[in-house]
Amino acid sequence: MRAKLLNRARLLRCAIVPLLALPLAGCDWVVLNPAGDVARQQGNLVIVATLLMLLIVVPVMATVVLFAWRYRATNTEAKYDPDWNHSTQLELMIWAAPLMIIIALGAVTWVGTHLLDPYRNISRIDAQTPIAANAKPLDVEVVSMDWKWLFIYPEQNIATVNELVVPAGRPLRFRMTSSTVMNTFYVPALAGMIYTMPGMETKLHAVFNQEGAFKGISAHYSGAGFSHMHFATRAVSDQQFAQWVDSVKANKNDGELTRAAYLQLDKPSIAEPVHHYAGVTPDLFNAVVDLCVQPGKICMSQMAMLDAKGGVPKEAARLNVAALTYDKDGRATEAPVLPGSVVAQTDRFVKAYCSDNRPMAAPNADTQAPKTLDRLRGAGINQATGPRVSLAGPLLQPAS
Amino acid sequence: MTAVPLPTTAPPQWSPLLGRFSLEQLPFLHEPIVAATFVGVILGGIALVGALTYFRLWGYLWKEWFTSVDHKKIGIMYMVLGLVMFMRGFADAIMMRLQQAIAFNGSEGYLNPHHYDQVFTAHGVIMIFFAAMPFVTGLMNYVVPLQIGARDVSFPFLNNFSFWMTTGGAVLVMASLFLGEFGQTGWLAFPPLSGLAYSPGVGVDYYIWSLQVAGVGTTLSGINLIATIIKMRAPGMTLMRMPVFTWTALCTNVLIVASFPVLTAVLVLLSLDRYVGTNFFTNDFGGSPMMYVNMIWIWGHPEVYILILPIFGVFSEVTSTFSGKRLFGYTSMVYATVVITILSYLVWLHHFFTMGSGASVNSFFGITTMIISIPTGAKLFNWLFTMYRGRIRFDLPMMWTVAFMLTFTIGGMTGVLLAVPPADFVLHNSLFLIAHFHNVIIGGVVFGTFAAINYWWPKAFGFKLNQFWGKVSFWCWVPGFWIAFTPLYIMGLMGVTRRTRVFDDPSLQPYFIVALLGALLIAAGIGAMIVQYGVSIWKREALTDESGDPWNGRTLEWATSSPPPAYNFAFTPIVHDLDAWEDMKRAGVGRPLEGFRPIHMPSNTGAGVVLAGISTLLGFALIWHIWWLVGISFVALLVSAITHTFNYKRDYHIPAEDVAAVEAQRTAQLERLAQTQGATA
Repeated sequence: MRAKLLNRARLLRCAIVPLLALPLAGCDWVVLNPAGDVARQQGNLVIVATLLMLLIVVPVMATVVLFAWRYRATNTEAKYDPDWNHSTQLELMIWAAPLMIIIALGAVTWVGTHLLDPYRNISRIDAQTPIAANAKPLDVEVVSMDWKWLFIYPEQNIATVNELVVPAGRPLRFRMTSSTVMNTFYVPALAGMIYTMPGMETKLHAVFNQEGAFKGISAHYSGAGFSHMHFATRAVSDQQFAQWVDSVKANKNDGELTRAAYLQLDKPSIAEPVHHYAGVTPDLFNAVVDLCVQPGKICMSQMAMLDAKGGVPKEAARLNVAALTYDKDGRATEAPVLPGSVVAQTDRFVKAYCSDNRPMAAPNADTQAPKTLDRLRGAGINQATGPRVSLAGPLLQPAS
Repeated sequence: MTAVPLPTTAPPQWSPLLGRFSLEQLPFLHEPIVAATFVGVILGGIALVGALTYFRLWGYLWKEWFTSVDHKKIGIMYMVLGLVMFMRGFADAIMMRLQQAIAFNGSEGYLNPHHYDQVFTAHGVIMIFFAAMPFVTGLMNYVVPLQIGARDVSFPFLNNFSFWMTTGGAVLVMASLFLGEFGQTGWLAFPPLSGLAYSPGVGVDYYIWSLQVAGVGTTLSGINLIATIIKMRAPGMTLMRMPVFTWTALCTNVLIVASFPVLTAVLVLLSLDRYVGTNFFTNDFGGSPMMYVNMIWIWGHPEVYILILPIFGVFSEVTSTFSGKRLFGYTSMVYATVVITILSYLVWLHHFFTMGSGASVNSFFGITTMIISIPTGAKLFNWLFTMYRGRIRFDLPMMWTVAFMLTFTIGGMTGVLLAVPPADFVLHNSLFLIAHFHNVIIGGVVFGTFAAINYWWPKAFGFKLNQFWGKVSFWCWVPGFWIAFTPLYIMGLMGVTRRTRVFDDPSLQPYFIVALLGALLIAAGIGAMIVQYGVSIWKREALTDESGDPWNGRTLEWATSSPPPAYNFAFTPIVHDLDAWEDMKRAGVGRPLEGFRPIHMPSNTGAGVVLAGISTLLGFALIWHIWWLVGISFVALLVSAITHTFNYKRDYHIPAEDVAAVEAQRTAQLERLAQTQGATA
């Protein structure tokens, strides 16, 4: 029934959008006409919800105009009844009518929100194609920086800056974080947006149904370079993707994305040109989430573990603080903390207690896709489990 | 590697005498736009001060207005403050529209990031805290005591103090224009961006302290009005006989008292992070920036209902009065208001569906948000059926009401749309969202404020507002709004995000140009509104209303003269029914003409100005880290507060003869009016 509803919405969209767009011919309403199945379902939901509400909004607006005209003071023919101020039937109607709409919309919302939970594995490539049982999603690790995007492909062992190339038709799984402030990862043609936040990991699952070039942006203001913080997104065939990966690996110009290279890249820059890394240090993304890319800096998870075990002596904690090296000005060296200086407040970090500051990785807690899609009630949908925003902490397991 | 120069974010140098202040912190020395504004403000300021001095108005203003504890005068001062700050906020809006209309094809526009980011931050902060809030507080201050038949609010001095604290916050925001900078964080200053590591300058501190100073005023004013409504209603006015505007004011002030402390607390935590190196919201050291987002929206969502509820009350009064009918479904209107009040606390998470909450959590908050549309819808139907079988006079307040009903419905619809989490995933932070909340705030709060100004102006000043210029303003504003914001709705569906300074997709430019034209039309509407006020004051003789009841009103404020005497009512009216004044008119209740007694009234005091002035100075010193001034002003604040408690000249009595004289004048006025009406009839 839900599928039917969405199908109908699609038909209606085909009818309505061109009509609305007629005076604006040539424009691209990407939100309602995207290239990815997830964004398409979200766009359809926009249309379904709008139509449901128009059921009540249009009559109300028409009645406002009608009453305003009919009962104008100069129209002495209209009935005037200054003491009429109550009608139980009407009262029932005016509470019940919006209630009905909201019950319908609430049902659509409950189901839609669970089906389109960005943390959930996608269950279909498109409306006709369910996902293959052995399909393995392409993992992309996303880091938003001041003011550029880093994409790490762990399986391919490459990384790119401000360019996202993915195969069309293959499920995508994004793990996302931020190195400094909050941003939002948003490719309108692909799927809805999710925040990237420092020290936290968020997730997004999606798929491209068409090959093509699209635009990706940060949709959350993040400072001076925000307006330039967009990235080219290309969906290509599997073969082209393999070729592209090979070409990135072959190009050694920018070398590998080591921890040092990462810290260099992390310095603020605006409108950074696209470039690629032919290899990536293992565990880099987990280290970013755990705030310990910087050599000699303790990982959040280690600190949390220490705290959970009762912490360290106060004196040791004080001596063990140094100034942070990665910040907006790209101050590159570790500095002693002097009491009273601004640095003492802004850039402190705790040094690692041993040389090995390996991060902890969050267990992969993807929510599984539901088995059946054709019911409107939420009962057929498994409850999402596992941490939503994976804060590094003592609950986490060491990465293998 | 970098095509665009990076901003300098080095923390300012500190000196013991001037704190973080230095000549580099004066933006008008190196930003031509700010310099021009500065010159304009200085010239305007000199002209204003000169005029006030030339016409010897300082003493009058001080004695009759600044130190007044009369709720009517304080209400009017709130409205003036709101209007002034509305102009400032609108200037920011025009700057943004212009920047976005020209920053294409590689053009950087005319605003650099440092300036542009301040502009949109200031626009949001000013419009919500220093334009919309003073508007609704001013309306409630003016109207509520009159509607419930009271002589003043419960705590008249506190009222004066609250007003000046709000003004102090506004002064700090305005000071940031020429001294230092304002925040470049967006109007809610999310950390980590607003933390010391990423915003080391004075901008965020201006944000914190202007809101903290103004927040004291808002909270106290909320307490004051709750006490007034609960304790000072005229005899016979049970809760279910209260005018709807007073009901909405009660609910709004409950919301204020319950939610503003959350804002205060979250800003305290942020300032601890910035001043003493705690780590509540930092990335590292166990801080949680998301906690700030969570907490500030627990305040932020009720805040939008704080703004809109009293405006719903305005529309209820206007619709009923101008339809010449009792409000349809008063009881369900009251329950709808209370339900909205409660539900507004259960929806805040819909502001961050996209931060990774689970599907069940998102659904819960999405559905609670939708449920709010049920009582809101019921209200709309109530207004609709109030018009049904009425005799609707389309004076300006009613015109704004109909424009509101049509505009707000669309805004409400897009709001419910955004409450569907998967829809929000594709529309969050987009220009669609911007269009939505301007649709409800302009279509609701701003239109409602204009309806209210046109409606209650004759009560406040004794003459009506000019209709012609009011209509010009109306016909600029309403189409102007739609021309300005329809392109934003469309661009939201094209995936265009908010707060963007430059664009690389030239196909968007026509939309931004149309939006700019809409904004210019709105500017014309504002201009016409100012002309309307000017012309009305100039031709006030012709617009005079002697009756005190120019619209054939239904509630008690229309029972007294326009403007009302300082004591509002010589005798407290006795209420027998809803729409008390209408009831009195029907029953032919006459004014009492004798037996006047002395009236006990609160005295004016300058303590509010002094305390708020010192608080503002304290805020300023904290912003600039001028620690010696912090110490001095803090001590001065304590000393003057304690000194004020020794002021025993807090009240006086208006002698019975004086009351009798004022009332005799009023009697003569009404007789004269009856004669002229008899002559014309």
